[in-house]
Amino acid sequence: MNDQAQLLPGTLDLLILRAVSLGPLHGYGILLRIGQISGHALLIEQGALYPGLFRLVRQGLLKASWGTSENNRRAKFYELSAAGRKRLREETDNWNRLVVAIASALSQQPEEA
Amino acid sequence: MKLADWIRFRTVYTFQRSRMNAELEDELHSHVQHRADDLERSGLARAEAERRARIEFGGREKFKEECHEAAGGRFFEILLQDVRFGLRVLRKAPGFTIAAVLTLALAIGANAVVFGLMDGLVLRPLNVPQSESLYGTHYGDNPAWQSYPNYIDLRDRNRSFEDLAAFNMVLGVGLDTGKNPTVANGFAATGNYFDVLRLHPYLGRFFHPSDEKGPDSAPYIVLTYAYWHTRFQDDRAVVGRIVQLDKHPFTIIGVAPPGFQGTIMFLAPDFFMPIVNEEQMGAPSLKTRTTEHAVFEAMGHLKAGVTPAQAVADVNAVDAYLEKTYPKEIAHHGTELSREGLTSFASAAAEFVAGLMVLSVLILLAACANLGSLFAARAADRSREMALRLALGSSRKRILRQLFTEAALISLAGGAVGLLGSFLLLRDLSTWEPIPGVPLHLPVAPDAKLYVVALALALVSGFLFGIVPVRQVLRTNPYEIIKAGSSARMGRRLTVRDVLLVVQIAICAVLVTSSMVAVRGLVRSLHSDFGFDPSNTMMAGVNLVTAGYSAEKVPAMQRRMIEAMASIHGVQAVGMVNGYPPLVYTAANRSSVFKDETSDLRPPNAAAMPFEYDVSPGYFEAAGTGLLAGRTFSWQDDKNAPAVAVINRDFAVKIFGSVTNAIGKEFKVQDGTRVQVVGVVEDGKYMSLTESQQPAMFLPFLRTPESSSYLVVRSHRDPQQLAAAMREKLRELDAGLPVDVESWRSLLEVVLFPSRMATMALGVMGIMGAMLSITGIFGMAANSVSKRLRELGIRMALGARRREVLQSALGRPLKLLVVGSVAGLVLGILATKVLAFIVYQATPRDPLVLAGVVLAMCLLGLLATWIPAQRALSVNPLILLRED
Repeated sequence: MNDQAQLLPGTLDLLILRAVSLGPLHGYGILLRIGQISGHALLIEQGALYPGLFRLVRQGLLKASWGTSENNRRAKFYELSAAGRKRLREETDNWNRLVVAIASALSQQPEEA
Repeated sequence: MKLADWIRFRTVYTFQRSRMNAELEDELHSHVQHRADDLERSGLARAEAERRARIEFGGREKFKEECHEAAGGRFFEILLQDVRFGLRVLRKAPGFTIAAVLTLALAIGANAVVFGLMDGLVLRPLNVPQSESLYGTHYGDNPAWQSYPNYIDLRDRNRSFEDLAAFNMVLGVGLDTGKNPTVANGFAATGNYFDVLRLHPYLGRFFHPSDEKGPDSAPYIVLTYAYWHTRFQDDRAVVGRIVQLDKHPFTIIGVAPPGFQGTIMFLAPDFFMPIVNEEQMGAPSLKTRTTEHAVFEAMGHLKAGVTPAQAVADVNAVDAYLEKTYPKEIAHHGTELSREGLTSFASAAAEFVAGLMVLSVLILLAACANLGSLFAARAADRSREMALRLALGSSRKRILRQLFTEAALISLAGGAVGLLGSFLLLRDLSTWEPIPGVPLHLPVAPDAKLYVVALALALVSGFLFGIVPVRQVLRTNPYEIIKAGSSARMGRRLTVRDVLLVVQIAICAVLVTSSMVAVRGLVRSLHSDFGFDPSNTMMAGVNLVTAGYSAEKVPAMQRRMIEAMASIHGVQAVGMVNGYPPLVYTAANRSSVFKDETSDLRPPNAAAMPFEYDVSPGYFEAAGTGLLAGRTFSWQDDKNAPAVAVINRDFAVKIFGSVTNAIGKEFKVQDGTRVQVVGVVEDGKYMSLTESQQPAMFLPFLRTPESSSYLVVRSHRDPQQLAAAMREKLRELDAGLPVDVESWRSLLEVVLFPSRMATMALGVMGIMGAMLSITGIFGMAANSVSKRLRELGIRMALGARRREVLQSALGRPLKLLVVGSVAGLVLGILATKVLAFIVYQATPRDPLVLAGVVLAMCLLGLLATWIPAQRALSVNPLILLRED
């Protein structure tokens, strides 16, 4: 359990968008998908997912509708809206730039001792 | 919002909310079920799987709350919840609630009243069109008096004003409509007055320049709307009716628009008459340049593009020209302009109101400090409740929000009560006639601005005292508190509450100091040396010309009146003074005097500008003015005798070096007459209580007869009986003579009015300050005792003495009281200058004031700690120890 990393603030939204970008999912499904695509390396409290989902719906990045799950249970499914798709692209680019910049900063050798 | 709308809104809202709740519930349930399905597949029993799934999910209620927040639109719902909860909490502590609401109501009410005054006196312009460009001219630091010819020249020669109108006050005019004659007050205004003010009549017409055809040519009056309403009961047929003003027929030609009450804000005249008819009311002559009391103020709209500074320069240039052209008549003091409405009182009024505003804001701050520490104490008492809520998953933000809602509830309630009170008080003030017979009027009209100010004050103060317990809540550690209970830690540290209490007591000490200073100043000015003794002195104002006497009959009649008064049983002395006696209606004449050797009698060469009084034989005895050297007047000092004068000590010392040196010496007056000094009397006050010592001269009234004068009658008889006897005697002389009998003291009311008002205002503030400090100290002491009751009980059980118990229970509040009082006293002394603006002879460096403040603060401390001390002493250790 301790080898799981804490989420950086603000990254949960990005992960949700990414998870849903592959097809409509319900809440629990999103958690599973995030675990799967991140190689179970991230620690996410289950309940904490929902405020994030509500926030994204309110921002118009996700659309929600009720349906039936693979377990034959009633569940609320989320999918990306057009705005959500756009936002995911932007955020992904941002994130990549950030990662490159931070990584390059951290790998620099001191020039003078 | 209409009721139906509100109900619809509520139902839709409630419906939506419950639907969202149900959906959220379903969704979370579905999540847990899916997880349980997975766990079940991995081999757990269904029940165990569901339990595990629920635990893994985490704090369900907390996440639900966060979801609601994330979805937005929960603001009002939370607010409503908080309000409901807050009301419940406050209802459970009615004592606290009532005390808090009343404290705030007083503080906000005081601020609202002072704001109302400020709005009426300083902020609000005169109620006429385009008042922003309307300026009045006034000479130096005196009110604007000038002569009518000067005004005409100023009107025609200036290049800054579109047109210049002028007015004077005519007070105490007998107005007779045929039945029940009454005394009315009016403005005598130039023909262009209403045109310059751009006003239109409500009824009939106004008078115009075309009506002025020389002295006494325009016997018309215009009524103010208020006077028309009260005296003529809105009778539209009044236009065209003829009334008698001081026995002269005048035609009512119109009624001024509602809301227009002349061009001095604190006066409310009854009517307007053309200034060309002013002399019929006994006003000074319009013809000569030396009679400065003909015009009170000239005013007009500045031309477009002309700045006030340019206008001042222009007006002063005209004055300089006039001074050069008429060197004998005019001494130019330098003219200033001010926004029309307050004349030269503008800056004094602004300073006074600003001083009051500062004090009332201090009161509000003290009240906030008071409530802040009460709130902090309550938050401490409720730490268990808060800890429980935190432990159950409530966020600190949410708890703070709840506390702020409570603070806002209290502050809004306090603001509403305070606003109501100030509204009623201001309404009374606006119709208040402080001095009977004088049309003084406070231009306060509570309006929408007042609501806004009160609301803003309430919200700001709610925020201020609501913020005090924030740190406390943020630091609350729920586990510690629930484990240990909320019993006090024995802090020796200085807490926020201590600081607040010290601040509050310091503010209160400042207020108490300033009110004591004001009261002391008033007492002093009431008993200061006026240069006469106003007690046991009755005055009778008589105007013989308006009573139909020709000028040559006046002196004989005046002498008969004096003799008639002297014949009244019990009268010790009788005198007469032309015009007004000293300190009455702040009206006084000054004239230039020259040294005997001066031959060029132009104003710049004048040796002094003494106040001039024309008095009868016996005046000094009747007025109680002490003779220092020489003699007073006799009936031989008339037109045929050599010119003589009695001067005051200041005059004698300034011109002749000493009192004894002055007797027999001569000086010159404006017309070149040499006057011999025959007597010197003590110094006194002449125009206002605050004036520095001024020279004064008294001339025999027989040399310059004047029809309008005051009889001064000194007697130890009961004032009522004396007044009746005086009226009776005067009626015997002439039954048709209008007389106005009043004691000198009551005539002084006008002069004392400002300092009386100031004292009243400061006194009220001081009392409020004292009340606040009592509640503040009481709250602190009571809290300190109740928190440590157990400890005190144990100490008493172990044999502590009463003194020791008291010391440990109340030592801290008392120490804070001392620190705060000393700080306040020092601040109060430093604020001397501010106070000196407000009250006459204000100095806190007065042993009596200092002692008074110290005594007052000690009494307050004693009063405030008495009940907690009793409670600490009556602790029964057995009962207490059993309780917990």
